[in-house]
Amino acid sequence: MAAITTDRLTKVYPGGVRALDEIDLTVEDGEFFALLGPSGCGKTTLLRTVAGLEESSGGSLHIGDVDVTRTPPGSRDVAMVFQDYALFPHMTVAENVAYPLRIKKVARAKRTEKAAATAGELGLSDYLERRPGQLSGGQQQRVALARAMACHPSVFLFDEPLSNLDARMRLEARTFLKRLQRELGVTTVFVTHDQAEALALADRIAVMESGRIRQLGTPSEVFRRPANTFVASFIGSTPMNLLDGVVRPRGIEVAGELLPTPPEPAGRLVDGEKVVYGIRPEYLVHSPTAVPGSLAGEVRVVENLGHAQLVTLEGPAGFVQLVVDEDTPVALGDRGFAVPRQDRALVYRDGELVTSGDPTGLAAAGASGTA
Amino acid sequence: MNGSKGRPLAGAPAGRTDRSDAAGLGRGRAAGFVAPAMLLIVAFLLFPALWTVYLGLTDYQLTGFAAANPQVVGLENYDRALSDDRFSNSLVLTLQFVLGSAVLGQAVLGFAIAWLMRNRVGALRRTVEALVLLAWILPSSVITFLWIALLDRDGGTLNALLNTPGTAWLLEYPMVSIIVFNIWKGAAFSMMLYAAALGNVPPSHLETARLAGAGTFQQLRDVVFPRIKGHVLTNLLLISLWTFNDFTPFLLTAGGPENRTEIMPVFIYRIALESGELGFGAAISVLMLLINLVIALVYMRLLRQRKDAST
Repeated sequence: MAAITTDRLTKVYPGGVRALDEIDLTVEDGEFFALLGPSGCGKTTLLRTVAGLEESSGGSLHIGDVDVTRTPPGSRDVAMVFQDYALFPHMTVAENVAYPLRIKKVARAKRTEKAAATAGELGLSDYLERRPGQLSGGQQQRVALARAMACHPSVFLFDEPLSNLDARMRLEARTFLKRLQRELGVTTVFVTHDQAEALALADRIAVMESGRIRQLGTPSEVFRRPANTFVASFIGSTPMNLLDGVVRPRGIEVAGELLPTPPEPAGRLVDGEKVVYGIRPEYLVHSPTAVPGSLAGEVRVVENLGHAQLVTLEGPAGFVQLVVDEDTPVALGDRGFAVPRQDRALVYRDGELVTSGDPTGLAAAGASGTA
Repeated sequence: MNGSKGRPLAGAPAGRTDRSDAAGLGRGRAAGFVAPAMLLIVAFLLFPALWTVYLGLTDYQLTGFAAANPQVVGLENYDRALSDDRFSNSLVLTLQFVLGSAVLGQAVLGFAIAWLMRNRVGALRRTVEALVLLAWILPSSVITFLWIALLDRDGGTLNALLNTPGTAWLLEYPMVSIIVFNIWKGAAFSMMLYAAALGNVPPSHLETARLAGAGTFQQLRDVVFPRIKGHVLTNLLLISLWTFNDFTPFLLTAGGPENRTEIMPVFIYRIALESGELGFGAAISVLMLLINLVIALVYMRLLRQRKDAST
């Protein structure tokens, strides 16, 4: 059990690509921490650098109180579960789980017992003598987890833990992982490109782009108050509507329509300045008739989400997406009006969130610097 | 020829006909396509092989009475070979040559180069690979000439490098010389094969082992070799057979001094073409073919065991 602290951690690949750009980050002891971002943002490099599989080019890395910046991976007391699980096909489940113990020269009887116990905790008792090729994807993942748990590391690292499972198994495994992490209480860092996975699993999320952390916060902070337009467009199963607007005395003008100014940035806006008005599709209310302070448009696409429908309106403000509940009939070609929930709208100036100056939940966003 | 119509007969099980006659040619026409190749194989492979077996049963000579009128002598040639010291000497030397230069030398050196170069890119890797490959693709006569220059007693490069003037490597250490020569010449094939095989080892498996604290030896034992066992066996089979049949050392030592490098192909050449005893030479050739078959069977068996084990 240990916290992970990085201090200006930098990784530059030969050829000059800066995969990590002076990352300052603290993962608290026992925390379930997500590194989230698009491909190539440096999240996997950060995970691999913590593991010791990549050597950092600058800065330092502490696990607990120990400086492990130059420590080889085998001595860092971390265990990693790879995206492909990396189970050895020629070994049985029991041998796979016992492998780290074998390398640490634990006596055979003891490691067999330990492996069986760990596998048992994960419901693998019936499969000890099978080979990985004879197991389902979910079982293979649990074998990989058992192998990681077997030697009681102080840190778990998961690389895209759910991406190799089919959609149904993924939900099951997600709940399982979260429960397991709670029970073990081991500091866990995982990498994902799936924002829903990060929101569902993590205690805190670091959203990364081009080797930098763009926002650091709890899932609800990151979801409700994205610190910049990058995070705003990345987080959420349907991306946030980001509309160009101009500040007016009575509100924010978007495509000729005056929308009420959200309460938070109200006092910090200057008349006539250009801003971006952000509103999630979930926070737009549909109206079939014209309402003042709404975004008008013609229904272009209706996507059924099961419990709701995602409607795309095309109007003077461009494309606007909103979520409409399943009982409201919406037909292609209809005129529709989207009324924003004032308390959920966000205003961005130069790509950064305009706040009331209250640092709650946004301190990290300020510390990570501006792009 | 009931299949020569090229169309499945009514009532015949369609699946079976389709499988055995995918192109719909019919047996007759299909045979016609294969015939030219078969003729060539018979003329240049099968006939000489059978002719060798026949010659091995005669006292055929290159010159003299027996050349004009060979007599069948039965198994006399085989009897003579198996009780001949020169034959057993040659067999031992050949085994030394195969084990030393192929199984140990080329395979280990080739693997070592492939392992060391696995994560490297750019100039260093390209240079090493080019040099190793160069040794492999240059004609034997050319590299033999280079090695004669290298090992020469008076003006040799090796003596200059090691500061051992006057050492006649090919006379004092003839067997070691041809073994090192063959390792140098043939390591490229193993290197390329192992480089491709190592590309099949998932990086995550090696990294899992590293995270568990495994050193290089443990990574090789637990991750790499189980994964590339099939490649290793195929590689050993090929280089063993090639080395067993390799005639190039003759260019370096001509089997000497005092038959100390008279490996099997050289022995046969000297018996059949220098001494002119074609019948005896043919008999030894057949014995050599049998040994080749045994080597191949052993490897095939190991490969099959491996496949059975993995399913």
